[in-house]
Order: sequence, then C-alpha cells, then structure tokens
Amino acid sequence: MPAGLLGIEELERAEIEAILARAKDFQPMQSQSLKKLDTLRGKMIVNLFYEASTRTRTSFEIAAKRMGADAVSITASGSSVTKGESLVDTLNTLAAMRPDAIVMRHAASGAPHFLARHLPTPIINAGDGTHEHPTQALLDARTILDRRATLEGLRVAIIGDIAHSRVARSNVHLLSKFGAEIVLCGPASLLPVELADLAPGVRLTTDIREAIRDAGVIMMLRVQLERQHEAAFPASEYFRFYGLRLEHLDLARPDAIVMHPGPINRGRELSSEVADFQRSVILNQVENGIAVRMAVLERIIG
Amino acid sequence: MSIVIKNGRVIDPASETDRIADVLIVDGRIAGVAPHLSSPRAEVFDAAGMIVAPGFIDMHVHLREPGFEHAETIESGSRAAAAGGFTSICPMPNTKPVNDSAMVTSYIVESARRKAVVNVFPIGAITKGSAGEELAAIGAMKDAGAVAISDDGLPVMNARVMRRAMEFAKSYGLPVIQHCEDLNLSAGGDMHEGAASVRWGLRGIPAASEDVMVARDLLLAQLTGARYHVAHISTANAVGMVEFARARGLAVTAEATPHHFTLADTGMAPYDSNYKMKPPLRSAGHREAVIAGIASGAIQAIATDHAPHPGSEKMQEFERCPFGIIGMETALGLALEELVAPGRITLCRLVELFTTGPESVLRLGRGTLEPGGPGDVTIFSTDVEWTYDVNQSFSRSRNSPFHGRTFRGGPMATVVNGEVVWRRA
Repeated sequence: MPAGLLGIEELERAEIEAILARAKDFQPMQSQSLKKLDTLRGKMIVNLFYEASTRTRTSFEIAAKRMGADAVSITASGSSVTKGESLVDTLNTLAAMRPDAIVMRHAASGAPHFLARHLPTPIINAGDGTHEHPTQALLDARTILDRRATLEGLRVAIIGDIAHSRVARSNVHLLSKFGAEIVLCGPASLLPVELADLAPGVRLTTDIREAIRDAGVIMMLRVQLERQHEAAFPASEYFRFYGLRLEHLDLARPDAIVMHPGPINRGRELSSEVADFQRSVILNQVENGIAVRMAVLERIIG
Repeated sequence: MSIVIKNGRVIDPASETDRIADVLIVDGRIAGVAPHLSSPRAEVFDAAGMIVAPGFIDMHVHLREPGFEHAETIESGSRAAAAGGFTSICPMPNTKPVNDSAMVTSYIVESARRKAVVNVFPIGAITKGSAGEELAAIGAMKDAGAVAISDDGLPVMNARVMRRAMEFAKSYGLPVIQHCEDLNLSAGGDMHEGAASVRWGLRGIPAASEDVMVARDLLLAQLTGARYHVAHISTANAVGMVEFARARGLAVTAEATPHHFTLADTGMAPYDSNYKMKPPLRSAGHREAVIAGIASGAIQAIATDHAPHPGSEKMQEFERCPFGIIGMETALGLALEELVAPGRITLCRLVELFTTGPESVLRLGRGTLEPGGPGDVTIFSTDVEWTYDVNQSFSRSRNSPFHGRTFRGGPMATVVNGEVVWRRA
C-alpha cells in the first residue's frame, strides 16, 4: 500500500482482498468484552474533520483505540481553521507534531490528494467532497461478503444522487475490480452519462424498477441536500420516483440485501418499513466500519 | 544606433518573404531586408540556422499592474514576454482599479514606457468596473492608447449591453474581445465537464457554456457590424460557428492558447491547480478541433492568456484556487512542438499566428518586416533543446503546468525597436 489511503480507484485488487480478510479477523472482537489490542500501542492518529460527521469520525476513533493507538479528533469549528489558516498551513502544523497518520474528511474533492503531495505523513481519506470515501466502500464490501461468497457477477443497484456521491464512486471502483455488475440509478440531472465510463461493468438508468430488477444488493444513497448547489430535481417528487419502498423489493432477488451508508432519512430515500426490513444490513455496515478501519490503520501504520 | 541580423531564414508573411537574408535596423526602424546587408558600426547578430521573423504579438496577457503587483508587474511581465519572443503584448483590463478609464489606460501606457522592455498596448474594459452594466469611457480610453475593449474574465452577460458596446466600439474602430462563457451554465465549475470531472468529483464547466455565448455574440456582431474577437477559443462548436460566421463575411476572429492546443482534461495532474484555467482544458476532441481551426484559418492568432497568480493562492484545495496559468515563455516552444513538428501547420503559418494574425485584429501597424516599420524582430530556432524551469521565470509567479518540460525549438533572441532585449543564454 502507498503511504496512505486516498481512494479505491488506485488500489490493487490484492490490496483490497488483504484488508477485507484482515477485517474479518477483527470482527469477533467487536462483541467480546475485552476489545482492545496493543498492535498500534504508542502510535498517534489525528482525525481532522472539516465536515460534520458522527459515524465516520467515531468509527475511526474507536478503531484506533481498539488497535491500541492514541487518537485525537479535530473538527473545523473550534480550531485554527475558523481563524483563516490555509489548509496546507494547518496540515503542516499538525504534521510537525509527528502523528503517524492523519485521517481526514474535507468538503473539497481532492483535498487529501493535494496534501499528500506536500506532506510526509500518511493521509487516510475519510471522504473528500464528491470524489471518494474509500473506507465506506471497504466496509460495504465486507458486509456483502459476510453474506455472499463472491462479488463476481453480483448485481448491485446504487440509487440516489450519484453525481454528488463519494460513496457511489468508491463502491463503483471496488465492485468493478471484482467483476460485479453495477447499475447506477437516479434523476437524470444527478446521473451524468460519463459515469458509465467510470469503471468496467457500469450501466445507468433513470428508472428505479429497472435498477432493482434481479439485483442482489440495493445500495441507497443519502439525498445530500448540502451538496446540491442548485435545484437539480424537484425535491417534492424525489421519494415518489427514487424512494425505495417494500413493493420494489419484489423485483429484486429473493435474498437481496438493502444497504445505506447512513445517516438515513426515513421517508426521503427509503420508506421506514424498508429501513427496518429484515434484509436491511444498515447496522451491520456500521459494525463492520470499525473492523475495516482497524485493518486499514494496521496496514498503514502497523 | 543600428543592428544587422545576419544569415537567418527570414520569414515575413506580410511580404511573402521566406529566404536567407539579413535584416538591418537603423534608429529603431527596419531599414532593409536583403542578402549581404551591412552598415558601419552596426551591432551584428549572427542568426545562421535560425528563423528571423517580425516581432511576435501576444494579444492576451494579464500584467496585474496596477493593483496586484505581488503576482506580476508591467516590468516583470514584459521581461517574461521578451523571454518568450514577444515584442508586443496586450494586457487585459482586470487590474485594480479596472482599466475602464483614460486615467488607468494612461497609467499603464506611461508605466510601460518607463519600465517595460517590450511594447505594451492596453485593452480597455467594456463596462465600468467590468460589472457588465454601464459602458466604460471607450472613446477616451482609445485616445489614451487602448487598442481593443474586453471585460475578459467577466463576460458581458447582458445582451443589450453587449449590443451597445459593439455599436460604440465600431464607431471608434475598436474590436470587441469576449471571454465567452455563460456564467449561469458554468457557475461553480472548476474544470471541463466530462469524463475526468465526473471521475474526480469536480464540478464541471460544460462546453455549451462557451458555445451559447459565441452564438449570441455572433448574432450581435451581425446585427451591429462590429469587429468581434473570440478570446481563447476552446470548443469544437465555437470553432465551427466562427468559421461559419467568417464564411458569411462577418468581421469575426478568434485566438487559441498554447495550453488549449497542447493539453486535454484527461492529461491533467488531478487536483493540481497548475492545470486550472478558464476556459478549462477540454476533452481530446475539442483540443483536436482547436488545432484543426488553427490549421484551417478559422483561428487567426495564438495568444497566451498569461495569468500570473502567486503560489499561496495556487496552493489550496483545487476548488478554491484561482483560474489561470502563466504562458508567455512557453508559447513558441509549444506551438513548434504541437503544431509545426507534427506537420499540422507550416512554419510560415506559425509566424502568421504570432504576427499578421493578431495584427489583423488589433491594427497596431506591426507584424511585418517591411522597411520603415518598427524594428521589432523575433529570432527563434526550430531545433534548440531547452528545459523550462519555472523557478527561473522572469514572471513573478510560478503557476505553469509546463515546468520541467524539455522543448525542441524556441526563442533565441528578441529585438524591440532595434535593441536586443533578451537572448538565450
């Protein structure tokens, strides 16, 4: 693995397999009473979050602690960020404190890539703008593989605001590397045709029924109103045409699972019944987030 | 004071000259172009093996003075121009204050007279403060030395204002230069809208944002009969529409930048702001259309859009970085490598694009070696090997994607009013 983890696109398939296998080792630990290892004892990880995040930041913090590392979390408010310091100056300051890795979330696509060119500290991308969210795709793959033998040939429908979704991009890259069939679905204004060229095995549709038909996995995306810079679709019609309801699930494979990166908006991108549906694995995703991030941290600074 | 440039291959498209000859300049004026010229006490420049051409004109630069001298000054920009083989440059009006009055135009002309090593011909604003609403003092700026009007980076969105600007400019004999971009279509965009922007999660600037503005303006040019020039043309449709308008007899011209004929969006280093400019680097198909337009004559001039920004502004998140790259020192090298070497255009055509082409738009009385004219000469080589080190640039800024590139062919010496203002070390 290179110095950090910036995205899935540039990762080798073998690298991904190694992380997923290691994450599986960490899964049983999550339910033990003694949850702490000392693999990363003495290591320091800085979580730098320029965007609001509860689950990803907490998940990285817990993962670091379970590996025995120390973790500090910094959020944009209450730091020098609000005093007008530039991103590169902030990161240089943090790097001078010699952390072993910086976990970073930023609203600007490519912010961690830009910093990685100028900093010696490994950077782990915890979501950059509308570009990638690599640990989300890894935990999603772990969650699918807990229920399926392989990703090869699996049909995965990803539904929602694809244009603005870093979760979708990272998942497309990962699933494609393993030979899955990927159907991206959303309103036309949020589904640029160039997405079909993102990776092999991707096709696009604006029809949710077509997307779900024969799907083995249905990934719903959060409607990211904060990333909409314009009214790209009439919000009042969103649930009617792109909200996932129980009757849609009849079109999918009988064992199809429903995933969501969270936080969910009941009644906006999926109905409350679907959120509580027995084959909804949303909470398993959260649990796997810790195991996967433990594996990532171990690989980068272990 | 005189200089004789000996034994070079003289290419002067205006007089259809292409032969080995000497060029004699006396008292800042071309005194003759012929074999075996000499003059007692004349300085001799041996140009054997080199091309000797009329002084190159860069009709689109940003010198940042007054107001942004930390990025560039008239003096530093003029030295970068000289090192690129340019003897005349035309600064856009987006200074602080905006060049929208005779006072600012006069300041630039006067400052250039004292400090610049090349000729500086300012371009005045179309509207006051380039705000797009009220027309600037166009006639007064012309009297003070402005050679064209443009709101460059802030295109005139209001069609009625643009119509009036064209009417006035026509009556003053000035061309109207437009940075063609529909600001509603491009709002928030950071790079060309296409496969690369979707892959990198960056907001796109669609080609259509350029196309609709070119289409609107060509209709207004037809309505008003004004001379209209498309700055830094970058899309296939825009090139096609300009070609169509010219075929219909409209007084329409266009320029292309070296970066648009050299690079495509997929060749960018991701999130490196040295590849961020407006219009953005387009897809390979658009790049090819620009090259084809240069070859066919739809595009008359190569202009750099030299846009200095200090490192602190370019060292940020991509979406926060300002648009623009410096370009005068690399323009000729890129044109030789990307256009002449692959056989897309002849050397003579290349010289036209830097001389008679911009001259046809601006009417400066330059761009030729005819005796009696200004003693501006660009001497270049088609085979000198050199590497561009942006840290050695004469510009005050360092924002170039061509740092470290090794070129075959480039400027050798620049002569302004009979004086060698730069020569390759």
